[in-house]
This record gives sequence, C-alpha cells and structure tokens, in this order.
Amino acid sequence: MTGSVRTVITGMGVVAPNGIGTERYWQAARDGRSGIRELSRFDTSGYPYRLAGQIVDFVAEEHIGRRLLPQTDVSTRLALAAADWAIADASGLDGLASDRMGVVTANALGGFEFTHREFRKLWRQGSPYVSVYESFAWFYAVNSGQISIRNGLRGSSAALVAEQAGGLDALGHACRTIRGGTDLMITGGVDSALDPWGFLSQFAGGRVSVEPDPARAYLPFDAAASGYVPGEGGAMLVVESAASAHARGAAQIHAEIAGYAATFDPPPGSGRPSGLRRAAEQAIAGAGLVPGDIGVVFADASGVPELDRDEAATISALFGPGAVPVTAPKALTGRLYAGGGPLDVVTAVLSLRDGVIPPTAHTTAVPESYQIDLVLGAPRELPLPAALVLARGRHGFNAAVVVRAWSQ
Amino acid sequence: MTQLSIDDIHQVLVESAGEVENIAPDEDVTGRTFEELGYDSLALIETAAQLRQRFGIHLEDDAVLSAETLGGLLALANAAATRRVEG
Repeated sequence: MTGSVRTVITGMGVVAPNGIGTERYWQAARDGRSGIRELSRFDTSGYPYRLAGQIVDFVAEEHIGRRLLPQTDVSTRLALAAADWAIADASGLDGLASDRMGVVTANALGGFEFTHREFRKLWRQGSPYVSVYESFAWFYAVNSGQISIRNGLRGSSAALVAEQAGGLDALGHACRTIRGGTDLMITGGVDSALDPWGFLSQFAGGRVSVEPDPARAYLPFDAAASGYVPGEGGAMLVVESAASAHARGAAQIHAEIAGYAATFDPPPGSGRPSGLRRAAEQAIAGAGLVPGDIGVVFADASGVPELDRDEAATISALFGPGAVPVTAPKALTGRLYAGGGPLDVVTAVLSLRDGVIPPTAHTTAVPESYQIDLVLGAPRELPLPAALVLARGRHGFNAAVVVRAWSQ
Repeated sequence: MTQLSIDDIHQVLVESAGEVENIAPDEDVTGRTFEELGYDSLALIETAAQLRQRFGIHLEDDAVLSAETLGGLLALANAAATRRVEG
C-alpha cells in the first residue's frame, strides 16, 4: 500500500463449519471436506430449505469460559474464541501498550439467536423477562466491544457493516488505522444466524438455494448453480505494522496485506458495469503489483448465475481469459457474510505458505463462456507469490484485498 | 417469606450474569465487591430482574446499584422481602 508503513498478518484464528482452528480448517479445505449439512438446531420441517454450513463441535464454555455466556450470542462466542486463537498465534502481545492496539470487526447479521430468544420472552412473558443483555448482544458492534474488553485493547476501534464485503473492509480499515499510527489491530469478522428466525430471514433475501443435496446446493460458477447455502463462522486476524512485529520479535509473519480497495456499484438499471473490477484493479495497484503478479484469485463466488457470470467476466477481462487460477473454498462452508472475506484471506495466506490452491468443491461444469480457470476436483500445487481476494456485499458493496508472501 | 441465604443470591447472580472463574468453590464471597468479582451495573440490573421473577422481591434500580457487595445486595433483598410480607 502507499506510504512506508507495511501491514503484516502475525496471528490467525479460524472458526469454520468444516474445521475449528486454522490447521484443521486448512486440512479440510484441501481435502474437500464439507461443513454443509442439514441444520440440526431446530425442527426445519416446513422450511423451504434445510442446509447450512453449521459449526457442530464448538463448546463455548470450553473456549471462552462461563462468565460471558449470559450476555453473548453464538456469533460473539465464536468471534471471541477466534480472536483468542489469533492472539495466541501472534504470541507476545503482553508488552505492547493497550492504547496502541485496537479492534475492527465486520458483522452483517447481528445477534439473531440471542434476540430471537429474548423476543420470544417478550411476546410470551412480558418485558420484565427480557434479558438486560439484549441491549447490546444483538448489536453489530458487539464483537469489537467484547474482544476489546476481554483483551484490554484500548486503541482506535470500529465496526463495519457491508454484508459479505464487510470482512475485507474491516481488514482494510485495520491497515488504515495502523498507517495512522496504531501498532496492532485485531480484525476480521464472524457471523451466525441459524435460529428459526435468522434462518428464515436469510432465505427471504431470495438467493438461497433450495436444492436439498448438500453436494449440489452451492455450486459456484457451475452451469447448474442455483444460489448459495448460508453458513456461520469466520476468522479473526492479528495485523500489525512490520515495524511493530520486528520490534517485539514476533514469532512469525504469515503474510503482508499489500493492497485493499472498496467500491460501490452504480444504481440498478444504470447500464454501467459493477464496481468489482475497479476494486480489484485498485487493490492490485495499491500493492504495487500488476495483474500478472497475482497467482490465484479467491472469488466471491455467489452461486447465483447472473452474479457468477458477472464475476467471471470481471476476472477474465482483468487477467485475460483463463490466465489466472480461480477458486472458492467457501463451497465447503457456505457463505459466511462478514466472516467470508477474512476466512478467504486466511485461506489465501495458507495457500501462499504451502504453495497449494484448495479446489472449488462440488462444482464440475463451468460454462466455457465464463473463461475462467476454476480449480476443480483436487488441490493444485504451484508457487504463489500473491493472491487476490474478492468479496461482494448485497446492495452494491465490493471489496478486494491483496495478500503477498512476506519479504523485507 | 423465607429469608434468602448468601448461597441463594450468589446462585441468582451467577445464573443472571455468568460465573466468575477466579473464585475458589468454597470461598466466602459475602464481602467481595462486585467490582472485584468483575460484575458491572448491567449484571446487577439483570440479577434484580431475576430476584423479582423468582422470589417476587422488588428492588429499585438505584437501590440495587448502590449495593457494593453480595452481602449488601442480600441485605437489601431480605429487607424488601420482609417489607412485602409485613405490608
């Protein structure tokens, strides 16, 4: 990015439907192990769809203790655990001044499950029975707040809401905050809304697939694509200035966040192209790179045919037809809203580290007219210097991040 | 009405506002301040709501927030319970 302050990732924590913890998730992504299954949290008979990318083996009190349970939605519990793991991965933050570390998270869905429970009490028992913690447990900013309190982070903090694009916007804002003088940011996003109300609300958006087969419901870029499967989870990262990482003797630098850009689409019906290409171009240029330097693109991969077509056209126009490998590991998790971008960034970082592109599971038949080289079936091994991560949020948000292998 | 014990009110606090992990199982918490234990004003408001629902004890928010310790809250709750019976 412009300016002399370079921003690096020194810690990562993952909570995904197909793996809790960074390495378990990464193994699942490479092996094509899916977290999409029939939702088991409540009786879904009568619902028009039943599949979700569901985290089934997360026991909150084992990871975040009992104290915060009465005041946290499942999404916040997942975010707190992921932040703990990212901080543990970065290790050695104790010596940093608390006012030089901040938090910026993205959230798109709020605390649906918590709120659904309290609304039920309000309706059935009356207002005195509604938990006082509803006052903040529902709120988009609550993950930033709880992570800040739990870890004593008193620097500049924020929360961003931009549907699926928001998670990348959070990373971009973290880098901007660091360039403004903060040493270190905890950043990323986690979402969850798999209670009866939240689940149905996602369907109301009109883009969720009603295909009942878990291996056929979410087929990004496939000729048979029929929408997406909603999921829960995401990732949290520790991002800091390279100077801070060196000064405290950080155990490792996973990668550099070298570029970020966000754009907004023109109004529907304008006839003008979406802003996705501009976001990608600006992120690559901001990293001081050209498209030929990018080894892999992690696509937004909506699974909605017209959006897939638009994204494929954007990628093939920017890089040349079939000129860059493209993948969508989110086919194994469902779309995670604010969690999707940060999880893709973690996946991209691991791809750079190991020289492996995880495949787009389940998709088999990409229309030739898309002119993209989608990685299918098995992981592809090749040296990767840099990756582009794309995300689009409903109602016009576009964001792009470039991560690059770290070198001085 | 039966008077509440310190264990009763501690249990309501824990169920309302979560369990503090830095307390030994057999520790007497009567005199520990809420601040020491890590409970904030919302924790006390939620605890007061639970006391009302479970025991019919009505405490004003201001009164609850003036309690600094579990023992202080217990005294307020039992005084209110006694007033309710006498009234």
